[in-house]
Formats: sequence, structure tokens, C-alpha cells
Amino acid sequence: MGSYQIMTGNEACARAAIAAGMSFFAGYPITPATEIAELCSELLPQNNGVYMQMEDEIASIGAIIGASAAGKKVMTATSGPGFSLMQENLGWAHINEIPCVIVDVMRKGPSGGSATLPAQADIMQTKWGSHGDYRSLVVVPNSVEEIYTETIRAFNLAEKYRQPVILLYDAVLAHMSEKIYVRDLDEIEIINRSKPSCDKKDYNPFNYESSKVAPLASFGEGYKIHFSGLTHDETGFPVSNQNTTGLEVLIHHLFDKIDDNYDKDIKKYETFMVDDADVLVVSIGITSRSAKAAVAAARKQGIKAGLFRPITMWPFPHDDFSRINLKSKAIVTAEMNNGQLNQVVIEDIDRNQKLVMKNLYDGNQIRDIDILNSIIEANKYEQ
Amino acid sequence: MNNDIYSKYLVKLPTMWCPGCGNGIVLQAIIRSIDEMDLDLDKVVFVSGIGCSSRAVNYLNFDCMHTNHGRAIAFATGIKMANPELKVIVLTGDGDCASIGGNHLIHACRRNIDLTIICMNNSNYGMTGGQYSPTTPIGSITKTSIYGSYEPPFDLCDLTKSAGASFVARAATYYPVQMKNIIKNAINHKGLSFVDCASDCPSLYGRLNRLSDAANMMSLWKDRLVTIKQAETMSSEQLQGKVIWGEFVNNNDREEYCDIYARNISKAKESING
Repeated sequence: MGSYQIMTGNEACARAAIAAGMSFFAGYPITPATEIAELCSELLPQNNGVYMQMEDEIASIGAIIGASAAGKKVMTATSGPGFSLMQENLGWAHINEIPCVIVDVMRKGPSGGSATLPAQADIMQTKWGSHGDYRSLVVVPNSVEEIYTETIRAFNLAEKYRQPVILLYDAVLAHMSEKIYVRDLDEIEIINRSKPSCDKKDYNPFNYESSKVAPLASFGEGYKIHFSGLTHDETGFPVSNQNTTGLEVLIHHLFDKIDDNYDKDIKKYETFMVDDADVLVVSIGITSRSAKAAVAAARKQGIKAGLFRPITMWPFPHDDFSRINLKSKAIVTAEMNNGQLNQVVIEDIDRNQKLVMKNLYDGNQIRDIDILNSIIEANKYEQ
Repeated sequence: MNNDIYSKYLVKLPTMWCPGCGNGIVLQAIIRSIDEMDLDLDKVVFVSGIGCSSRAVNYLNFDCMHTNHGRAIAFATGIKMANPELKVIVLTGDGDCASIGGNHLIHACRRNIDLTIICMNNSNYGMTGGQYSPTTPIGSITKTSIYGSYEPPFDLCDLTKSAGASFVARAATYYPVQMKNIIKNAINHKGLSFVDCASDCPSLYGRLNRLSDAANMMSLWKDRLVTIKQAETMSSEQLQGKVIWGEFVNNNDREEYCDIYARNISKAKESING
């Protein structure tokens, strides 16, 4: 038996993380993510957990990576400016396959931008933010209840696939209150990282022979684990620049472990009235709620509209989206930025399909009426 | 005896360091100090950043974390707080901990968290070819100060002492046995301990400043190094160009951060129970 509760998005994030087993949070205050840190500072020490207020966001992600290597489930939360600072250490967590959850509550940028205003302009940064090749895992909830459930899924994915997972939502979802259904702990599926069972001397922290991730020992358990941000082999020690195969297999593994398992439990999206849709709206997060209302309104006017909403933003479900949009004559992208989702879906649409972009970056949310007008415009297109 | 120590504590030799580099002397002092202590080796973690010094962890047979440039102390803070049982030792250099990682250094000192930070201070950026660092003496020739370095350097012991470290010392590769003893005291100390290891980079700093070979550079330390006790009797003129070594701070009165946090947990539990 669960219960209905009223809470904000940021509160849902912190409570869900603790429900998922998070016992170590390091962060730095930043609007509009601060309430996550505040609640963690209150709740974690009540149950022997650690809240650390670090000197900056670089240190925050550094501390959670260290704590994860020492065996804890970890999280940090920030917004665009702090997320930018985290990029180098984020890459370190990828190359060393360290489970961690990073929350990016989007505010209007670039730079300091407008701290209290919402935006959805970090979509591409969450995919490409750190240098080099790696596979990002990003989830984008669109309600307070989904922040709760997706926070738990983010931890499960991080632990299972041994890598950072980014939870991405905006300032509106962070601060709005909604009634949500919270499951009891014993009803929630919780995944913990697999631990080694081999002889300690034989343990390697990495496995590059297949897309399976190696079990992760913790510091202090006697495995003599070696982590390095340099390109390393399965032992964790750096490989020589002359070893081109060795330099390549690490990158293959970072992609394969996600791509080979994508259809199992990574891919996630919502569709609404897409089966016969002439006009397919693509939207994420808070904007997808306006989009859904706009689709319903369009249907009332006799326009066959539908909604495709990624919940796993990265990797984007290209195959499914390509299949779903086959019958549509037009695609509408609705997003609070100057064009990021449109660049993703354009890879999957035909030259005789029309793309209509609804972008807003004045700090306001996109209204359903504005998306409806884009749907009406798109519906006029003759293939 | 020597070979036993090497095979017990080191892997993947030889090192990548140039002939005459001081880092090997510091690394040897570290493993010799550990060898003299009664530590559970499974509970010792080495964390480093980027640079010649930080490469040291790639030769150590311990739990090791070779992190990003300047960030070792931040990672180490997370490791220590996640498991206070662990002995966490940070290996770093002057560029790594005093420049790009300077903020993490002072905040770790402020918290007085139980980390041992060993800085291999060779007064330049060796890995990138010998540019001036925050500890390069004024007037030195480096790849980015060919007319002589003009930036005032940090005294890292003054810096860490002011920031609150409860153990601060300077050792020198010229006195390896004393360095081993100082590092031992630093590792045994509960609280933030910082050891500035005065070291040489003959290949770059030495060559650019026409200090001849490694042996000659090493012999120059004989006149430059003065103990804290000797320095007390010297005038400021006499101390010009000298490097003072020894234990500047060894204070067991400051509460360590993990203990402070344990009190925070007690208060949090009281708040829900009563």
C-alpha cells in the first residue's frame, strides 16, 4: 500500500533518491535546484547518510564519484552553470564506469542567464557536454510523480550499467506542487551494482570483452582497484599510446553496454494518439503537457494529431520514432529553447515530411494554444 | 630488503620519470614510511590528480584513483566521508594542488578532514614541458617565463597553515630519511596533514636555469635548507633564499571533520526521536 502525497518536484527527487538507497549527496547551492540539497541535508544524517556541501560543483561531482567508488549510492544536483563546471569529472565517471546520478534542473541560459526562469536548453549539453566519445544516459520526466519514479529508475540504470545517469527537468517542475502516488519501499524495484565473487587477486575492475559490465568492488575491500582517467585496459592501468587496439576497445565498451541493452530497459517513451496521426508533436518535460493538451484540442477540431514524448532522452529512441512517424505528413517540435529537439528528429524524417518548430526562450512556458496553432499550420501541409 | 619493499608495494615499474627526478625519492619515502607502520594495507587508498607527481599512483599496489587535474582532494573527500575507516593519501604536485586545485586544498584544510596530502613540489609544470607554477621562485627561467618569472610564489606551508590544516610540514628530497619520518607522522596524524616535499626537476627547471645536472641541483639544497630551529636564530636577511623545513604545525586539538559530521548525525537523530 502506497500513499498519496503532495510535494514539489525537487522534494520528489530528494525523497525518491533516498528511497532508491542514495546515502551520499554532495552539492553546491544553485537556483533552481537548491531545495534538493536542503532536503538531503535534513534527511540523510537522520539515517547515517552523508550530506556534503562542497566548495563548488567540480568538487561536488568529484566527491560523489569518490564516495561511489567507496561503495555508496550517490547523487548531486545542480543547474546549467554548475552542470557546465561538472563536465570534466563527468567524463572521468564515464571512462571509469562509476555509478552516479546527476540532476540538472534547467534554467534559462546561456551563462548566468535568468536564474529563476525555466528553460529546456541543456538537452544537447547532457549528450555532448564532456569531451571525447561516451554514451550519455539521460531521463526527462514531465510531472512531479514522474520525477519520483524516474529518479529511482535513474539510480537503477546507473547501478546496473555502471555509469552516470542524468535526470533532466526544468525550473517549473522543480517548484510546482502536485499530488503524487508514492509506492511503499517494498513495492519498488531497486537495483544495486553487482559485486565481484572472484578471487581478489584475479579481479579486474573493467570488462571489455563483451557488453556486460564488470562487477564493481569498493575501496577498502582488498581488491586493490585501480582507476585512472587515462585510457586504460581491463586492469585499470593506462595503456600505451602504441596500443591502438587497447585505446579503441574501451570506447567500444562504453557504447556497446548501452546500445546492446537499449531495448531491454533503457528505452522509454510515451505516445498519445499516434496511430493515425497526420501531425506528430515531439516534446519533452513540462512542455509535453501543453503539447498533450494541444493534441487533444486538435483532435476535437478533427485534426489527426498525436504526441511522441521521449522519457529516456538519450540515447534517443530513433528506431521507434522512425516507425511511428512513417504515416505522418508533418512533425511539430515544441521546446523551450532555440532548437535542439528539432535537430534530433530531423535525422528520422523524410524530405516530403514537413517540420514545424515551436520554440520559446523568453522565460515563459509554451502554452497549449500556441502548440495548437503550430499543429494547425502543420496540418495545412500537402504531401 | 629493498627488493622486498618494491615488490610488496609497487607494480608496473619502471616509472616514467626522468633521471634525477625527485618524485622517485618521495615515492620511496612514502612506501618506506608505510612499511614502518602497522597499517591494514587493504584500507589504504591513494588518490592523485594530473602531472608527473600524480603518475605515482600508477605504480602503487593499493586501491588507487588517478583523477582529473586538481581534483584529487575533492575525490578523496568523498572517499573518506563514504568510509571514514579508510586511510586516504593524496599524491599531488605544486601545479595540481596549488593552482588548478587550490580551492579544494584550502577547503580541505578548513574542514580539517583526515586526509594526508603529499605535494611533490618541483617548482614547475613538468608534464607539459616546464612552465612556471604557483611555487616557481621569482626570476626563474621557465618555458613561459623566458625573461624570468615575475609572479609572486605561494609558500604552501603558510597557505595550508592559515587555511586550518592541523599538520603542516616541509620535507626535502635532500633529506630522504627525515622525509620518511615526516610522512609517517603525517599519515599517523588525525586531521588534515599537508607535507610540502621540496623536490627537483633537473630535466626542465634545472636545464633552463643552468643548474647543471641532477647531482649538482641536489647539492645546492645543502646550503638552502635550514631547519625551523635554525631559522629561529636567523635574521630576515640571513633567511633570504633559504627554505625552512620541518614540522610547522602538529596540532591534535582541532576536531577532525568525520568526527564533526558524526555529531551532526547524532543531532539529526535526536531531532526525530525527541
